[in-house]
Parts: sequence; structure tokens; C-alpha cells
Amino acid sequence: MGLNEYTIEQLRPLLKGGEVIPMDIIRDLGQAIEKDNQHALPLNTYVSFDIDHISKGIASFDNRETLLLGIPIAVKDIINVVGTKTTCASKILQDYVSPYDATAITYLRQNGGIPAGKLNMDEFAMGSTNENSAFGVVRNPYNREKIPGGSSGGAASAVAGGLAVAALGSDTGGSIRQPASMCAVFGIKPTYGRVSRYGLVAYASSFDQIGPVTKTVMDGALLLEAISGYDTKDSTSAEERTPRFSSNIGRAIKDVRIGVPEEYFGEGLDEEVRKNVEKGISILKDAGAIIKPIHLTYTKYAIATYYIIATAEASSNLARFEGIRYGTRFVDTEELIELYEENRSRGFGDEVKRRILLGTFTLSSGYYDAYYLKAQKARTLICEDFKGAFKEVDIIVTPVSPVPAWDIGKMVNDPLQMYLADVYTVPVNLAGLPAASVNCGKTSEGLPVGLQIIANHFREDEIFRTARIVEEVVR
Amino acid sequence: MTYEAVIGLEIHVQLNTKTKTFCSCSAEYGARPNSHTCPVCLGLPGALPVINERVLIQGVIAGLALSCEISNFSVFARKNYFYPDLPKAYQISQYELPLNKNGHVMILNEKGREKRIGIIRAHLEEDAGKLVHDENPKGPSYIDFNRCGVPLLEIVTEPDIRSPEEAYRFLVAIKEILQYAGVSECNMEKGELRVDVNISLRESGEEAFGVKQEIKNMNSFANVRRALEYEIKRQARILRTGGKLKQETRLFDQTKNSTITMRTKEEAHDYRYFPDPDLVPIVIEDEFIENVHKKLPELPEQKRDRLVTHYGLTRYDAENLCTSYKIANYFEATCKNYQQPKKIANWILSEVMKVLNQEKIEIDQFKVTPSNLRELFDLLDSGVISGKIAKEVFSLMVATGKTAKIIVEEKGLKQLTDKDHINKVVDEVIAENEKVVSEYRDGKMKAFGFLMGQVMRKTKGKANPHLVNELLKERIENK
Repeated sequence: MGLNEYTIEQLRPLLKGGEVIPMDIIRDLGQAIEKDNQHALPLNTYVSFDIDHISKGIASFDNRETLLLGIPIAVKDIINVVGTKTTCASKILQDYVSPYDATAITYLRQNGGIPAGKLNMDEFAMGSTNENSAFGVVRNPYNREKIPGGSSGGAASAVAGGLAVAALGSDTGGSIRQPASMCAVFGIKPTYGRVSRYGLVAYASSFDQIGPVTKTVMDGALLLEAISGYDTKDSTSAEERTPRFSSNIGRAIKDVRIGVPEEYFGEGLDEEVRKNVEKGISILKDAGAIIKPIHLTYTKYAIATYYIIATAEASSNLARFEGIRYGTRFVDTEELIELYEENRSRGFGDEVKRRILLGTFTLSSGYYDAYYLKAQKARTLICEDFKGAFKEVDIIVTPVSPVPAWDIGKMVNDPLQMYLADVYTVPVNLAGLPAASVNCGKTSEGLPVGLQIIANHFREDEIFRTARIVEEVVR
Repeated sequence: MTYEAVIGLEIHVQLNTKTKTFCSCSAEYGARPNSHTCPVCLGLPGALPVINERVLIQGVIAGLALSCEISNFSVFARKNYFYPDLPKAYQISQYELPLNKNGHVMILNEKGREKRIGIIRAHLEEDAGKLVHDENPKGPSYIDFNRCGVPLLEIVTEPDIRSPEEAYRFLVAIKEILQYAGVSECNMEKGELRVDVNISLRESGEEAFGVKQEIKNMNSFANVRRALEYEIKRQARILRTGGKLKQETRLFDQTKNSTITMRTKEEAHDYRYFPDPDLVPIVIEDEFIENVHKKLPELPEQKRDRLVTHYGLTRYDAENLCTSYKIANYFEATCKNYQQPKKIANWILSEVMKVLNQEKIEIDQFKVTPSNLRELFDLLDSGVISGKIAKEVFSLMVATGKTAKIIVEEKGLKQLTDKDHINKVVDEVIAENEKVVSEYRDGKMKAFGFLMGQVMRKTKGKANPHLVNELLKERIENK
């Protein structure tokens, strides 16, 4: 077994004892990626994996007392790493080299992590399939004809396929949890404000969070510890102490109150997914948790609310890519408006353009009140829903995705159907809550199914100990 | 039929801070292009803004100085539009919930009547970069982002202004207030103050507003007045001939003293304002506002009153000194513990102002410091030099930057008070001008002046005039 197959937890003692040095892991990763590229249907998880550049990161690293001890961590290509391209899987940023590190990367380095490779994704994190990438589709290691999920599809596929030890993704409406679910890895979206957004290229600022995608729950805890913490460069960063999440793993969940919202098990939920999720819930029950049916009555408005607010923010966040300051200049014209139109028309993919247009429309004068403002009100109601629920329970569990991974190309022409598949993940982002996906089984076809575990603000510790219980049984 | 002008102003003022609004780059003017930039003010993908607390404090000071209500809760919003000088393609501004609202400024209008000009809002926003176009119209354009992110206060008035002169006076008043409050230098040449105007005409007595025109691109208060004067004539002519005005934005052309269409209402931007999700709302406690209020510097109105009551100046002199807070401060520094402030006021308003105007400089670039000027007055009062010599010493001080004492010493300008010396000169003059002396004795009083002049000339003006007068009379009349 190559070191690329190891977990963070397994690598730590080897690195500490000096049996393994970081470069050994990088070499094995490089070989695994190389080998996968020879495959008839490569996973295509990386936009770039530059061994020379990664080696430089290792050369400047010399600390055996850190949390991560030099472990390479793959990074979704929407997070800035100094001196590397940050393409956001878009043609418009195909040549953009970042001059600075995101704060999460700074903290990762301080804790001994080595940024290693930039991961493929849906363009600007918009999508649920990883088909919207200027650098090609990513495939699911469990079935290469299937999507890996998105938008952090590269992260989930690489971790599941042994092409990364662990990865950092980003989650705006489910972009960590949904691919984690489809690739049977652990993925957690932290509480909004837990991890600094400074250096994460914004899709929808009031939802975006960076989070770990890992092989195990323990690795998720270790990696989240490494990147969390207050940042003066991000006004929405929370002044919260970072707990030792890893020390919560292994703690019992006896008498923990777990809520199961009825609204998440209705029409549209695939039968096999339901069975696996119910199996996950029964594992928790067997471990002594108290299972309580609850209601989150505004859930039905979550998709509409999310897609109005997220696209509104996106239309503004992505406006800077116009070929003058940022973005590839595709045309040589002296007409300013033409320059904007041509660069943006040619530089962005269809899904990105669709969302920019949607957001531009809902913010327009005359429509603002009916869409954006109303959506903000609905957002408040959805927050209240969860607030009420967390008075009664400690944890909420739901499916992550109503369906398992589908065939590549199947839904490309049906964006609305694709948006609806986000129904279980977006409410969490609307409320800024932490939530994870942990594998709870597979369909008869062998496709992974994830269980979503949601906790109250800044209670990721509850998620980790609960997820571990499921992981121990399902593994 | 007569028309009444209804005028409102939008004034952008650069707030005086060391660093920019949302990053720690220097806000200083005139640096090498793009040397004051960072990921935040360049809008690099992933960079985020964080409010500079100093900007908030300056904003609150400005609000208080303009008699505004300070909002306990205000919000930054994004104003979205595309332009090459705007790297994020949106400007962080305030929209629905501004920092300051419902203020006012009192002015004296041309009829000498006090008039209240309402201020709707005074909100915070960031400046954009600056485009520098090549001299060759086919050549490239450059962007300097040093100004990008520099803090601005946008002041929007009620449509309370009724004439170009009122607009002018209001601008003078606003500038004075903001300078006194220390929130801005308001230097128009450096772009620290920019004015756009909205103007419409309506028939006298009519309540409803006419069709509004916005005018931009005026680089001085005088040009604001000219633009409004032109616009009133233009609009009146259209209305009088039965024409209809279209709402539009116009540019002032200072070479022609006229305005031209820039864009019509149909072409107006939809800025798609929405609250900036990268910034949390600004929450200001009453206690914070009170603390700022306590430290609020003296404003022009208060200063003028104090110069009258404390120094016994006339209202006229006080107003003249207070047109610039720097000159008023110079005056106060000069007459610390001085018994005759009026004398110093006169000197500043005549001699000092003359030099400032000639050299086209501000008082803080003036070579003669308040203590130097005070020394000159001390020499004058103690009789070391005469008033006439004082003017000569003053111009040497201006020319050389040396102190009065040194100049008097070096040039030997001390007043002559030695009676024997003066008597000797008096005797010489009497001997040389026997004819004039006899004319005086015959009752021609004018002749005395001539003799005085001769003595002063022979002593190069240094003789104490009182002594000369006394000794000359004594000599002539006793013979």
C-alpha cells in the first residue's frame, strides 16, 4: 500500500518517528496520480500537481512538533496558495497565479500541513456534478461512469481514490457534503465564521466556508483544527477558540438527543438512500442516542431562498472578472463594453453565466423587493426553524443527497432538477450551521450514501463524536 | 412668468486618515502610481475588506459637525457597475442605512438672511482608482489604484438651495466646517472635495418639482456657480418657449462655461445595491458618539463668536480671519497673552494676507511663524523699532526667514533714542534749511513736516519720531 492510501492519523506516528518523510508521501501521490492518468477513464481530480513547487513547500518546512508534521493536503482550486495558479476551474482565470496565501492555508502551514496540488471542481464552485469545469469532468472512483458530486468533486474523488491523503474543499450549498456522500469520504462544512474566508475566491459570501474532505472522521477533526481560528482579515470570522475536535472522537453518544426532520424524508428521496440513512440512524439509536422526530417547516422554501441569495451575491462577486484587472483577455478591442461582453461571454461556462444572469435579475431595480428581500426574510425563518429545533435536540440527522451519484451527462440539460437535488444541504448554509457527511452504506449498485449530521453553531465537536459512531459500524 | 431654481448638492469629501477604508495601505496623495496597493484594494480574488476604525470615527465627527443624527446601526452596501477604475466592479458604499442622516448647515444668503440647508445623509464609501490617459488619443490608458479604497464621505443635501450664490456659500460653509472638524482638507485640486449638483426649475409659487438635471465635472466652487447660472438660463429658455426637459446627466465644460449632455435617464445605471455580505453592520453605541462629541474641535461659528468675545475683534475681522481655520489658529497662536489682539489681527489681514496672495501659498507654508511675528510686535511695542521699520523688518523676515531680532541686529535697525545724536542731526537740518525754518516761524505749519522728514531721512528712518518732533520744536521755537 502506497503512502497515498494512508490517513493523517496513520501518517503522524510514522512522520514523528522519522520512518517517513513528507517527500515520500508526495512521491507516492505523484505516482498514483500518474498511474490514474493512464486509466481509460482517469479520475481527473487535479487541475495542477506540481511536484517541484510542492517540494519547495517541504524544503521550508522543518517542525516535528506540529499537528500535521508535513502531511501534504490537496487544495480545491478556489483557495489561494501563493505562487500557484488559482483557476477556479474557469477559462477566465486559466492563467491567474495567486500572489498570496489564503488564511486557511497560512494556518495549515503553521500546523505543519503542506499544500499539495490544486483540485478540480465545478467552475467557481457552481454545480453538483463537477461537470462544469473548464478542465474536464471528474469521475467517481466507485464507478467511473458516474459523477463524483460537486462542486468539490475533485476533492472527494481524490481522497476516495487514494490520490490525496486529505483535502480542503469549500461548501456554499453542499459542495463538500454532497461529493463526500457520493464518494464515501468524510466531509464537513464548519460553522460560518469558524474558518476564515480570506483567500477563498467568493461565490456566495454569506454561505461560503472552507472545510476538510478526508478518509476518516478523525482526519476531518485534525484537519479542521489545523485551519480554524479567528482572522482579523475576515470581518465575518468568529472570535471563537478552536477546540481539540480530535479529542471528542471515541466519546459515547448515550442520551444525546438526535432529531430526525420529517420534511427531509418526503417525496423525491430515493428508496435505497432512505434505507441506508435509516440504517445510519439505527446505528446511533443502538449506541444509546435518543431519536426524536422533529419538524423544520420552512424547508420547502430553502432551495428558492438559497438560489436567489447565492446567485445575487455571485453576480456581484464575479463581476470583477472582466479581462481588464482579472481574467484572460480573449479579444483585442478598443470598445470598453465590447471588451467586457466578449471576455465574460467567452471566459465563463454556461452554469456560471446562468447564475450571474439570475442574480443580476433578482437584484435589479423593481425586482429587488420581490426576490432578494423576500428571500432574506425566508432565510430568517429557516434560521428560526433550526433555532427552535436545537432547543429540543443536540444533533439533527438527514440524508445528504436524495439520490446516489448519477451518470455523467445525465442532468446536464436539466439545471432545475439539479438545483432540487441540493434540497437537504442548502438549509444548513442558509442558517450558517456546521454539518458533515459520513458514509452510512452503499446502494445495491455499490454507490455510496452519506448521512448528514447537523449541529448547532460552533458545536462541530458533537458532529465528530456522532460521525465516528456511524463510521465504526459501517466501515 | 418667473422661474425658481431648486438645487441640491452631492458632495464627495475625502476623509483624512492615514490608511484606506478597508485595508492598511497608505491613503497619502501623490505617491508613485500603484505603490499603495494590496490584495484588498486591488480586489484580488479572495481578498476581503475590514473596516478601518479611524474611518468610522472621522465619519461620526463629520456627522456631528454637520448636525446629523448618527445611526446606531448602519450597513455597507455594494454599488455594482463596470468601469476600469473599479477593480471589484462594485464600490463599497452605504445605501438604505447610512451612518449619518437628517443634518443641516446654516448659511447667510445673498439677502443677508440666515438660511438652513438640510442634509439628507452623509454616508461612508470608498474611492475608485484613477484613469490616466495617454496624450495620444490612440494610445493606451493606465490605471493608478493608489486612490482606490481611500475613504470618502458623500454628503447629500435636501433640495433647499434656491440660487447659484446660495450653492456657492453653502459649499464655502461645508468646506470650513469639515476643515475645522479636522475630517478633511477639502483640497479640490487633490480631488479631496468633488461636487455634483441637481437642479430643476419650477414656476414661482409652484410646489411640485420640475425635471431634474444632474451636472458633474466642476473643479471649483466658482465653476459650480457658473454651471448653475448657465443651467438656469438654459432650462428657463427651454421652458419659456414651451419645450420639455428630459432628465439627464450633464457635464460642465469650463472652457465654454456651459453644460453638455453626458447621458439620459434611459442610459442611467441600475446599481443593484445590496448589503455587502463581506462586512458586518456597523453598530455604534451612544457612549461612543458622546465621546466623539466631547472631543469635537471648535467649529467656524463657535470660533468666530469667540474671536469677537474673547479678543474684542469686530465681527468683520473675525469672519475674515475664520475663512481659514489655519489663519484663525495662526492669529490665536500669535496673540497668546498679548494685550492688543486687534493690532495683530490687522497685521495678519493686511500684511500677511498680502504675502500669502502674492506667493500663492497657504499659511502653513509661510516662513514667518506665529512666535516670529509675535517677536516683531514685542520689538515694536518696547520701542526698539518704529512702525515704519517694522514693515521693513517684516518683509526681510518673509524674504530671508530670519527672526526679527536677528534682522534688527544685523541691519542696525534699532530705533535711535539718543537725544544728543538726534539734536546734532536737528541742528544740521536747521542749518541746511534756513529758509524753510523761517517760513515755519512765519506760521507756515506745513514746513515743520518737511523738516521732520529731513531728520528721519538723515537717520535712515531709525530716529524715534516722537523725540524728533519734540527736539525739533524745542530747537526752532527757542531760537
